[in-house]
Amino acid sequence: MKNTTLLVEHLSASFFTGRGEIKAVNDVSITVPRRSIIGIVGESGCGKSMTARSIMRLLKYPGKIVGGSIRLMGKELTALTDAEMANVRGEEISMIFQEPMTSLNPVMKVGKQVQEAILLHRKITKKEAKEEVLRMFREVGISEPEKRYNCYPHELSGGLRQRIMIAMAMICRPKLLIADEPTTALDVTVEAQILELMKGLRDTVDTSIVLISHNLGVIAEVCDYVYVMYAGQIVEQADTFTLFEDPRHPYTKGLMASVKSLEDKNTVLETIHGTVPNLLELPEGCAFSPRCGEVCENCRQAQSLIEVAPNHLVRCYASKEVQHG
Amino acid sequence: MVTNIVKRILQTVLILIGVALLIFLMLRIIPGNAILTMMGDKTNPEAVERMTAELGLDKPFYVQFWMYIKGVFTGDLGTSYSLNRSVSELISTSFPNTVKLAIAAALVAWIVGIICGIIAAVKKNGIIDHLFMGVSLLGVSVPVFMVAMVLQYLLAYKLQWFPISSGNAGWVGYILPAIALGWNSAGSIARLTRSTLLEVLQEDYIDTARAKGYRQLYVIIRHALRNAVLPVITMMAVQLSSLLSGAVICETVFSINGIGRLAVAAIEARDIPLLQGTVLFSTVIVILGNLLADCLYSVLDPRIRKEV
Repeated sequence: MKNTTLLVEHLSASFFTGRGEIKAVNDVSITVPRRSIIGIVGESGCGKSMTARSIMRLLKYPGKIVGGSIRLMGKELTALTDAEMANVRGEEISMIFQEPMTSLNPVMKVGKQVQEAILLHRKITKKEAKEEVLRMFREVGISEPEKRYNCYPHELSGGLRQRIMIAMAMICRPKLLIADEPTTALDVTVEAQILELMKGLRDTVDTSIVLISHNLGVIAEVCDYVYVMYAGQIVEQADTFTLFEDPRHPYTKGLMASVKSLEDKNTVLETIHGTVPNLLELPEGCAFSPRCGEVCENCRQAQSLIEVAPNHLVRCYASKEVQHG
Repeated sequence: MVTNIVKRILQTVLILIGVALLIFLMLRIIPGNAILTMMGDKTNPEAVERMTAELGLDKPFYVQFWMYIKGVFTGDLGTSYSLNRSVSELISTSFPNTVKLAIAAALVAWIVGIICGIIAAVKKNGIIDHLFMGVSLLGVSVPVFMVAMVLQYLLAYKLQWFPISSGNAGWVGYILPAIALGWNSAGSIARLTRSTLLEVLQEDYIDTARAKGYRQLYVIIRHALRNAVLPVITMMAVQLSSLLSGAVICETVFSINGIGRLAVAAIEARDIPLLQGTVLFSTVIVILGNLLADCLYSVLDPRIRKEV
C-alpha cells in the first residue's frame, strides 16, 4: 500500500439523463504506483475524461459516481464531504486540462491565479506565496518569471499557458497529477517540451501522474503502464512496452494499426470500422463486438478481464484462445 | 487605457452636439406657437411680432441654433416662458430630487437584481429560482405607472404605511417610488445575471478554480462573477435611460419635484426652452452613464484595455 499513490477499484460513474442512465465509467480499476506515469488511452467519449473527473470528484451535472472506491494514499475519497474534498483538490491531487486557452481566468493575472492555489492550502504571507510562484515558474521553464507574473492569459502563447497551468497544479507538490489531454491543443514541438517537463517533475517533486490521451505517440513517450478504455470499460492493460509489442485486444490492435509510421509504404491508413457505440444502447456482451473483425459466438456474453500474462489483462474471450494456442 | 478613455470623451462631446441639434429641430417641427401660448389668444399682432423679435425667433434657425449652443456651453439654457425663470436654475433645483429617486431605484434594481440573480443561478431549477424568476418576470412585464399606482393605492392609501405624496416626506417618501421604478430594472438585471452566471459556470477556468480547491461559493465570488458582470454593466447603462423615463412617470404619480415632472409641465405649457433644457439634460445623463460603463469595462476586462 505504501508504494501505491492511487488505487481505484470498481469505479462506476453515470450521467442521469431524461433518456436513461448513461454508464460513462463502468467498473474501472486503476492502480497508480508511486512515482509512476500511468496512461489512459481511448477514443473520444470512451470515458477517460469522466474517469479523471470522477477521481477529482468534479463531475459535471448530471454526472454522478455510482459505485466503487477511490483511495489516495489509503484515504477513501468517495467518503469525504464536499468541503473535505475541496481541501484535497489542489493540495493532494491536482489536474490540468486540455485547453490552456480557456482554462485560465481571462480577467485575472496569471501570477495571481497560481498564487491563489498556494494561499488556499498553506498558511503563508502573500509575499512568500509570490516568491514560491516565481520559483515554480522557473521550475516549469517560464523565462522572465517576474514579467510573466503580471501578464493576463490572452498575452501568452498556448505553450506558456500550459506551463502556467502545470505550475498551478504543482505548486502545492501534490501526490497525484491528473493531466487530461495536456498537449492536444499544442503544436508538436511544444508538446515534446511539455511532456519532458512532466517527466522531470515526476522525479523532482515526487508526484505520480495519470496521463489521459488519445494519442498513442504521447502515451508511448512517457507512460510506464497503460490502460486502454472503450465504451466506459477498460479493455486492455499492460506495461507500455508489452502493450505496443503485443497488443491482444482487437480494439488495441486496431488503434495500433491506425497509426502511420515513417517506414510504412502502405498508402492507405488503417481504420477501425464503425463508430463508438451509443452508451444508451450498448450491444449485448462485448461492447466492441459490432466493430470487431474477430467476432464469434462467445462475444455475446459479457467479457471479463483475463490475465494473459503477469500484469497484462485483456477483456476479450479470444485472447485466452491465443494464450492456449 | 487612458487614450481609450480620452477618445471616448471626445466622441461624447460630438454626440452631445448632435443630440442638441436633433432636439432643437424636433421641437421646432411640433405644432403649436409658443408666443401665443405665452401671451394668450387675444393679443394684437404687433405685440406678437415684437415678442418674436425680442426672443430672436425671427432669425434663421441656424442662427438660433448657434445662439442656443453658445448658451449651452456657458450654462445658459434660456428662460422658461411659462415660469419666467432661468431653465438652468429650474433644472438645478429639481435635479437633486430626481437623483435621489434614481439612486434609490438603482439600489433596488442593481443590488437586489444582482443578488437575486446569483442566488437563482446557484439554486438553478429550485423553488427559489422559480420564485425569483417569476417575480422578476412580473417586474419586467408590468409597466411602471401600473406598479406605481397599485403600490400607492394599496400601501399608501389603504394601509397608510407610506405617504401618498413624496414631495415633503423625506426619505420615507422615496421607498414606494423607488420600488415602482426599480422593480422593472431589477427583474431584467436578475434574469441577465442568472443566465450569464450559468453560462460562465460552464467555462473551463471554473473547473480550474475548483480543481485548485476552491469551494463553490468562492468559485462564484472570485472567478465567475467578474466575468459574468460585463453584460450586466451594459444593461445597467442602458437602463439609465429607462430609469429616467420611468422617473417622469413616478415623479408625476408621487408628486416629486424632479426633472421628469418639470418636463411634463414644460410639455403641457408648450414651454420650449424648458423642454429643450430638460430633454438635453436627461440625454447628457444617459450618455455619461454609457461613457462610465465603457470606462468600467476597461477596468474589469484586461482584454478590452488593449483594443482601441
